[in-house]
Amino acid sequence: MRLLNLFKIATKAIVLNKTRTLLTMLGIIIGVASVIAMLAIGEGSKESIRTTISSMGANMITIRPGADTRGGVRQERSAMESLTLQDFEAIKEQASLLTSISPLVDGKGQVISGSNNWPSTIYGVNPDYLAIKVTDLQSGSMFTDAEVQSASKVALIGQTVVENIFTNGEDPVGQMIRFNNIPFKVIGVLEGKGENTFGQDQDDVVIAPYTTVQKRILAIDHINQVIASAVSEDDAPDAVIQVSEILRTQHKLTANEDDDFHVQSMEELISTFSSTTEMLTILLVAVASISLLIGGIGIMNIMYVSVKERTREIGLRMAVGGKGSDILMQFLIEAIMISITGGVLGVLLGLAATVFIENLLHWPTSVALYSIIISFAVCAVTGIFFGWYPARKASSLDPITALRYE
Amino acid sequence: MTKEIIKIENLKREFVMGTETVHALRGISFSIQEGEFVTIMGSSGSGKSTLLNILGCLDLPTSGAYEIDGSSIKDLNRNQLATIRNEKIGFIFQSYNLLARTSAIENVELPLLYNSKVGSVERRERALKALEMVGLGDRIHHTPSQLSGGQQQRVAIARSLVNNPVMILADEATGNLDTRTSYEIMSLFQDLNKQGITITFVTHEPDIATFSNRTIVLKDGNIIQDNVNTKVNSAADQLAQLPKQED
Ligand SMILES: Nc1ncnc2c1ncn2[C@@H]1O[C@H](COP(=O)(O)OP(=O)(O)OP(=O)(O)O)[C@@H](O)[C@H]1O
Ligand SMILES: [Mg+2]
Repeated sequence: MRLLNLFKIATKAIVLNKTRTLLTMLGIIIGVASVIAMLAIGEGSKESIRTTISSMGANMITIRPGADTRGGVRQERSAMESLTLQDFEAIKEQASLLTSISPLVDGKGQVISGSNNWPSTIYGVNPDYLAIKVTDLQSGSMFTDAEVQSASKVALIGQTVVENIFTNGEDPVGQMIRFNNIPFKVIGVLEGKGENTFGQDQDDVVIAPYTTVQKRILAIDHINQVIASAVSEDDAPDAVIQVSEILRTQHKLTANEDDDFHVQSMEELISTFSSTTEMLTILLVAVASISLLIGGIGIMNIMYVSVKERTREIGLRMAVGGKGSDILMQFLIEAIMISITGGVLGVLLGLAATVFIENLLHWPTSVALYSIIISFAVCAVTGIFFGWYPARKASSLDPITALRYE
Repeated sequence: MTKEIIKIENLKREFVMGTETVHALRGISFSIQEGEFVTIMGSSGSGKSTLLNILGCLDLPTSGAYEIDGSSIKDLNRNQLATIRNEKIGFIFQSYNLLARTSAIENVELPLLYNSKVGSVERRERALKALEMVGLGDRIHHTPSQLSGGQQQRVAIARSLVNNPVMILADEATGNLDTRTSYEIMSLFQDLNKQGITITFVTHEPDIATFSNRTIVLKDGNIIQDNVNTKVNSAADQLAQLPKQED
């Protein structure tokens, strides 16, 4: 009842000073809008990284040679030969948390067919590859374990390779291509996956049995990586530990020796990239928050002026029975209403800006509900915080002193 | 028997301005019974407004005692004083003190906004009635800047009546009114007084004082005269005797 009256009084004061209120709100509006937009950009890129990585296989675990010397000097991975087929066999036999597992050897080279040629990368794997990478075939079939055993010269190619080599639109399955002058028979075409967030074309690949790539193309005995799928995404961290233990035994590492390999789950990869975007997001939001702070100071300023200007009004309100708490609430409500209204308009502007960024700049954005809730909470708190002091000042006045104020 | 609604004893009010001290009230004592109609007179600067502000719980005395309706204001906190102002006192300021850019009716409603016992419908009704009593029933949506000085004064009077106070404190409530309107207001006050409302009225005009039943005269912060008026004029009668207005 009483609060409702105070609401009416505050609303009236705001309406009587429309222009001034609007200008005061502007600070809050811009502040909130930029916080919303910045968070949307941050969330958007984080999400797009996540979907890209998930599309590469969310359960995927990668085992690479070389110590995990983050930030330190690293050797070229392919130059390290510490990962062997024995390691692969050991993991395959012992790791209970893995479903599919494949060795991986890779090399760059030229794909040639007829008069067309195209630089690409060949990946030597086993048939589990498709399951691990959650990739399907567009046509043809995967090579068999027998073909791996016999190091057959068969290959599957990605969409980009198809487009650049088979320019006449003929069916690539059954055709012959040469990779670094080694002839391969194309037995399948991978479905298109597009570019990932890092700008890598996931379709620019040639897939062949790892034995073939090892012997005929790279002439090596070791393997470059082992890729595997954990039973589930949740099991991935445990699977990483399991694989590490197997490899430590396999490599006969003593307790105080560091790992000479690195096992990484997708989750870890996601967080590595996320932390970079997160840093950026924090920075953007910090800048946006400063404008919100300035908006808050704007409110404080205007409330301060308002209290001064309306000292006689305050005196009168007290003279006719307004209590200090009524006056305090009146000005506090006024400040909160300014900041909340500014907050609502700011959220709307922020959403509009987000749509603009998405459609015109083609940046991935994602408006998180929490960013709206936070902006709102911040607005309310700003109103209370910056309205409190002037309101407190108003409420502590003496009626007659206030009435006599000039 | 009647009871004392106001009792002051050796009341002093000093204003310290830098090194100088202004003695606005130099220790005055009197009491007002419930149902009295008192005028306070005195030359400009004699301390009338200062006294009235203290009686209206707007200001506190420097020293001395003030009991309102049996309770000493020294024992009351800010909120209790606010409640007394809200529920018991109707105060009319020398300078009206209306809210700018706010309609007459909203100005009159103001005290009731701070009274949680009065709902919005009743608030509007009572404000309307008070404005009609002062003859402004047709000006309720005018803001102070659209009203004449006398009309503004009458809005201020209506505001003091709206909370059905037990006592009205008026600081030159008729100072800006012509004889006819001021007699109308005085007649209104006499009616209210007959209903049992205690009225304390500050004025410069001796003829206004004849409508009250007691006159206190101040000079330089002291009471120099405190007379009971044996022959109280009726404002209504005086009004009837005024020559007819031609408009
Ligand atoms: N807040 C104040 N600060 C300093 N001096 C004050 C203050 N209020 C009143 N005075 C002084 O107290 C004295 C009495 O003032 P007051 O307003 O009570 O006079 P008054 O009798 O109402 O005069 P008037 O008839 O002109 O309204 C004056 O000398 C005035 O200057
Ligand atoms: Mg005065």
